[in-house]
Amino acid sequence: MIRFILTIVRRDLLLVARQPAEMINPLVFFVLVIAMFPLGISPEASLLSQTAAGVIWIAAMLATLLSLELLFKLDHDDGSLEQLLLAPYPSWSLVIAKVFVHWLVSGLPLILISPLIATMLFLPSEAVPTLMLSLLLGTPTLSLLGAIGAALVTGVRGGGMLLTLLILPLYVPVIIFGASSVAAAAQGMPVDGYMALLAAMLVFALMITPWAAGSALKL
Amino acid sequence: MTQSIWRMPRWFHQMGSPKWFYDFGGSLLPWFALAAFVLLTWGIVWGLAFAPADYQQGNSFRIMYVHVPAAILSQSIFLGMAVAGAVGLIWKMKVAFMVARSCIAIGATFTAIALLTGAIWGKPTWGAYWVWDARLTSTLVLLFLYAGVMALNQAISERQIAGKATAILAIVGTINIPIIKYSVEWWNTLHQSSSFTLTAKPSMPADMYLPLLLTVLGSYCLFVLVVLVRTRTQILQTQSGTSWLMQHRDITGA
Repeated sequence: MIRFILTIVRRDLLLVARQPAEMINPLVFFVLVIAMFPLGISPEASLLSQTAAGVIWIAAMLATLLSLELLFKLDHDDGSLEQLLLAPYPSWSLVIAKVFVHWLVSGLPLILISPLIATMLFLPSEAVPTLMLSLLLGTPTLSLLGAIGAALVTGVRGGGMLLTLLILPLYVPVIIFGASSVAAAAQGMPVDGYMALLAAMLVFALMITPWAAGSALKL
Repeated sequence: MTQSIWRMPRWFHQMGSPKWFYDFGGSLLPWFALAAFVLLTWGIVWGLAFAPADYQQGNSFRIMYVHVPAAILSQSIFLGMAVAGAVGLIWKMKVAFMVARSCIAIGATFTAIALLTGAIWGKPTWGAYWVWDARLTSTLVLLFLYAGVMALNQAISERQIAGKATAILAIVGTINIPIIKYSVEWWNTLHQSSSFTLTAKPSMPADMYLPLLLTVLGSYCLFVLVVLVRTRTQILQTQSGTSWLMQHRDITGA
């Protein structure tokens, strides 16, 4: 089964490498959305540094959502998803492999570019490590929970909008704790509690997602 | 797990039969209609006309007789929908999916009523129609969850698959409701604590408390009534053409 997971991971990474736009687009989207906030609200440093945490987290959430639509769709459209589900391995192992690749492609680049974005939004530099750590714990949860929605809307017409409707309410706790951990760090307060909660949500999402998305795929 | 240990009672499996549910639900209908009518009328007339005015809020507190039942029902119905969906997934019962589907619209309606009446009450009491308080926010998120379930249920045209997909989403949503609730509670709180709980003695006089109890019970009866009607309608839609239905006295008129 480990070999099955590794094979899927390698296959999906290869597919992404052949289509680099798939990897770049969420990142460009992330930066673009963030660039809209100073334009729309105010370029003032004091205001931006206060809103930076929330802005970065919301942009990360939207970027994840945008790329989630394709998580199972391409495989479904060319018929390979059906073949993968027929493989003599549980469907949750397929989900784990797919989500892992999704996070590598859409979550990890966001974390790596976040210090740059934080500087542009005047986030205090003490808060940057917290921002990166919270994104590191939070974005896998976003990918995992999103996979449930992606699996449910696979093969449904107009799935992208529907996916947003299904998944955004489930993202509420991650956004709250992710953004408030960064805000707390910016004020010099301890963030251990927030990190523990984000980690707990990640573990929890790891428990329910493979089951839920796996059975949704088999419908 | 051997099969003999997990035996469900016979009535449970009978509920899974559309024919049996149609007849049994039909025989329950008038009772729930009567109970909902009596309890709601009694509770609302007592609460609106006879209960004493609140010493701080005056008469504006009376909206509670609509607001509190709606708020309680909004959460109960989501849970009920998830339980019905789980039953459908585990025992592969079509009727359970129909029950879950029937819950969606009425649940969303109660949630909307709770938010609306809360806003109307909030203006004179808190001075604002809306505040980003924990309870309000989590109820709003609940409304979004209902919207998602409803959208998913309608997007898939094949009833059986739509039922299963909705059930999975309802179960995941139910697991998330407490997490959402507590996360927003730590985030921001203004709303007063629950008006009543099963365990503690009520903090208001019986004249104010009993009408509320009546409207809550009445709302539950109304909910069951609506679910029965809607589920029976779905049975008629999906079973049309089957022999038991064509020979049923509701169709032949005998």
